[in-house]
Amino acid sequence: MSSHTRTPAEIAARVKALESMLIEKGIMTSQAVDRMVEIYENEVGPQLGAAVVAKAWVDPEFKTRLLADASEACAELGIGGLQGEDMVVVEDTDTVHNVIVCTLCSCYPWPVLGLPPNWYKDPQYRAAIVREPRKVLRESFGYSISDDVEIRVWDSSSEMRYWVLPPRPAGTEDLSEEELAQLVTRDSMIGVGPLAGASR
Amino acid sequence: MNGVFDLGGTDGVGPVVVPDEEPVFRADWEKSVFPMFALCFRAGFFGVDEFRHGIEHIDPAVYLKSPYYEHWVHTVEYHGARTGKLDLAELDRRTQYYLENPDAPLPEHEDDPELLAFINAVVPAGASAKRESDKPARFAVGDTVRVSRGAPVDHTRKARYIRGAVGEIVLAHGVFIYPDTAGNGRGECPEHVYTVRFDATELWGSEGAEPNESVYFDVWDPYIELVEAATKERTSA
Repeated sequence: MSSHTRTPAEIAARVKALESMLIEKGIMTSQAVDRMVEIYENEVGPQLGAAVVAKAWVDPEFKTRLLADASEACAELGIGGLQGEDMVVVEDTDTVHNVIVCTLCSCYPWPVLGLPPNWYKDPQYRAAIVREPRKVLRESFGYSISDDVEIRVWDSSSEMRYWVLPPRPAGTEDLSEEELAQLVTRDSMIGVGPLAGASR
Repeated sequence: MNGVFDLGGTDGVGPVVVPDEEPVFRADWEKSVFPMFALCFRAGFFGVDEFRHGIEHIDPAVYLKSPYYEHWVHTVEYHGARTGKLDLAELDRRTQYYLENPDAPLPEHEDDPELLAFINAVVPAGASAKRESDKPARFAVGDTVRVSRGAPVDHTRKARYIRGAVGEIVLAHGVFIYPDTAGNGRGECPEHVYTVRFDATELWGSEGAEPNESVYFDVWDPYIELVEAATKERTSA
């Protein structure tokens, strides 16, 4: 175990050295790396979770199935897989606001949200959100939750992956499912921010 | 293990900093490290629980200050050495070479259709930790339970901030791989998983808790003991 903190140049060299050995052992190829990166840069991201939310808003039976078994319901839309094998969707209401975290590492529902932003994986959010969620939401995200709304913090300690179904905003009766999906932000499905266009 | 990675409730680590925008990968080396989780899993370096435990072995000062994907480098090295699949002295030699020759190319190699097929299959399919089992559940939704105080010195998902706390089971998920065996190389030994709801005042006291807050935390069956069975269950029994 080393207590040395590496410089960016040292990390880059270490990784290149490691990659060279894994390549020679046949464990890794540049082609496999490029494919994995392509998937999580361009294919798997929060637009998928947004599509699920929009469908739940327009289809009450789908919403019932989503809340009963999120993995099964998402599979209907061809959404699922790595780090979201067993998902649970939790619903925000007038009296309950949900927010997700992984205090022990960085667990996050990749199939619907893509890879987590760095602040989600960093020590500061993981330490504070279970203890002072209102303060963290207000001071770091500019998002105020009224004291009469219960905050439920879901700590992903197991392989269950939690994410948030925000309520459909008023005045959106004329919008199509595709237009509704545009309102759904990554942060609204983590529980740290509002829908697009909503006031904080 | 009681390590710094177990951060829930830790004070004094500073404010959450949220940039307006950031790329998925902040540097080319992060792109190379990310696929190592799936590819080294395939090559038998670790399971998911062992992968996490390798990260838990990082020097605490490095853990808190290093970029996220550097944690992954550490666990690949840790398990590579542990399994005899990686020669760390050779890794050090090559690191020095690439430090002095940062633009030197990677070894020439052929594409491997099997690795590409593996990536394209594992991303949409995943690898569920859920297991078929006829093992009876010791607890039910509605039960009031206490998390045991036991402090394992090796891998566990029993975070410090919930040990000894009393809460109510709100969800029962079925049977999953048990991290306290799997993460320590002792097999899957699947156990029931439940979500327990804790009032914030139970965790932080009335002085430390914010108003109207609760924390939902997943526990495996051996983590908890019964305080009071659900009323409904008792009536039907």
